[in-house]
Formats: sequence, C-alpha cells, structure tokens
Amino acid sequence: MAVMNVNPTRMELTSLKRRLVTARRGYKLLKDKRDEMMKKFLNIVRENRELREKVETLIEDANKSFVVARAMMSDAAMEQALMYPSQKINLDVDIKNVMSVELPVFKFSFENEDESGMYPYGYATTSAQLDESIKALSQVLPYMLRLAETEKSAQLLAAEIEKTRRRVNALEYVLIPNLTDTIRHITMKLEENERGNLTRLMKVKDMMIQQQYNAKAQQG
Amino acid sequence: MYKMAVIGDKDTVMGFQALGMDVFDAKTGNDAKQFLKDAAEKYAVIYIIESLAAEITDVIERYAEKQIPAIILIPGREGSLGIGMDGVKKSVEKAVGADILFKD
Repeated sequence: MAVMNVNPTRMELTSLKRRLVTARRGYKLLKDKRDEMMKKFLNIVRENRELREKVETLIEDANKSFVVARAMMSDAAMEQALMYPSQKINLDVDIKNVMSVELPVFKFSFENEDESGMYPYGYATTSAQLDESIKALSQVLPYMLRLAETEKSAQLLAAEIEKTRRRVNALEYVLIPNLTDTIRHITMKLEENERGNLTRLMKVKDMMIQQQYNAKAQQG
Repeated sequence: MYKMAVIGDKDTVMGFQALGMDVFDAKTGNDAKQFLKDAAEKYAVIYIIESLAAEITDVIERYAEKQIPAIILIPGREGSLGIGMDGVKKSVEKAVGADILFKD
C-alpha cells in the first residue's frame, strides 16, 4: 500500500481518477507496442543469426583462398595489384520507421557492373588464386550489407524494447497501483468524514430535542 | 552518399580494398579506436575483425544505439571467434530478458 502524499479532498480525487484512466490507457498502448515490436524483433534477429552464420563461413572461405593467393605472390606485387581499386561502391542509406523506431536501410550498387571491373589489376602479374578470392569476397558483399542492416536493426529494436518494457513495468507495478491505493485512501477518508458528520448531526439533534423537552417541562 | 570501411590486419582487409571499400590497417585496438574516433561519421557501415573488436568493446558499444554507423564484426584471419554471434545473443537477451534463440 503506497499512498501518495496528497490532500484527501474531492478535487484531488477527481484529478487522481483522471490520471488513473490516462495511465491505464497508456499502459495498454505501450503493452501493445511492446508485443508488436517483440514480434518484429524476433523475425529480424532470426534473420540476423542466419545471415551471420552465412557471412562468417563465406568470409572464412574467402580468407583461406586469399592466404593461398598471398603465398603465391610477393608482398610488393600484391600491394601493387590491390592498391587502386577500379571498383567503387555506392552506398545509400534510407530510414525505415518500424513502430516509431528508425531503422537504417542500406542500398548499394557497384559503379562498374560487369565482372571485369571487379579486378583492379591486369592479369599478367597476378595469380589465378587472387582472382578467385576477390570473386569470393565480392559474392559475400551483398550478404555483408544485409547483415549490417539486420544487425543494426536488431540492436536498435532491442534498445527500444528494453525502454518500452521498463515503461510498461513502471506503469503496471508502480504508477497504477499507487493511484488505485491513493484513490481508495481518499474515498475512505471522505466516507469517514461523512460518517463523522452524520453522527455529529444526530448528536446535535438529540441535544436540541432534549433542550426543547426540558424547556416544556419547566413551563408545564 | 556514405562509404564503407573495413578495419583489420592487412591480410584480411586487402581483398576488400579491391572491392572499393576503404580499408584501415590497424595493428592494435588503440589504432582502431583512433580510427573510429576520427572517421566514424563518414561511414554508414564499418566492418571490423573480431580480434580487434574484442579489445575495444566499450567504444563499439557506444555506437550500438546510433543509426549510423553500423559496426559489424567479421571473422579475421583466425576464423570465427564467436564474438559476433555473441553480439546477436546479447541483443536477444536485452530485448526478451532471456536467451530464447540460442538455447539449443
């Protein structure tokens, strides 16, 4: 029983009742928001997990072939081959609004669409393994971007869900019980006053009747 | 227009350079930290290899609740260390309160 520190008056009672109605409505809305966000979050996080598994294995494979390629070529030749990329990635960021959480959406395109644009070097001084590993990496790229998008979305949604859950709990376990307790307290106090008033009136009436009776008895 | 960056040791990041990403050759966590401090706003996505990310989790967490940049962990030379997956797990725990996806 946690009663707020307010005066037990009729005016307070009305305003508290109004607050209780608002709190109940807010609680219901926030709870719906939390449930819906949770549904969305679970979908996203499932996708996140699959993408991560996929990207991790693909990158590991690419790394392996890269190590082989590196072993076949000298450091200097390798660096020379990869130093100036002929490929450029255009990355656009859009914002998608999911339950008032703003999630980024990444869109990308290669400037050089055809496959030859992928390799920034001539074929003369480089090994075939290098071609392989670059190709492998370029195939991972779309997944890596999807991963970035879903992982970020999952993080942002998780933070928002946590906040919303706190609010829902604060309303459910603190504010609403406090309000109901206080309202009951005030109602009881007011009723008590009412009863006190009534007995006082009855007492006064009795005393008046007694006085009249005594006065009549003296006259008669 | 945003760019993408890869932070890691030379061996792993060089290939990404050919794809037109910006690469940053970081040897220690401090290098990576400095890079994030200087250039994080320019990039929409920053990939960082797990072994480096493990050294600077505090800095990475700071970016977790911002829309941009998305800092994504990728396996480095050593292969996957499971740190990236832990991040996914953590966000599940944060949202749900319990780990319901990775129990198996």
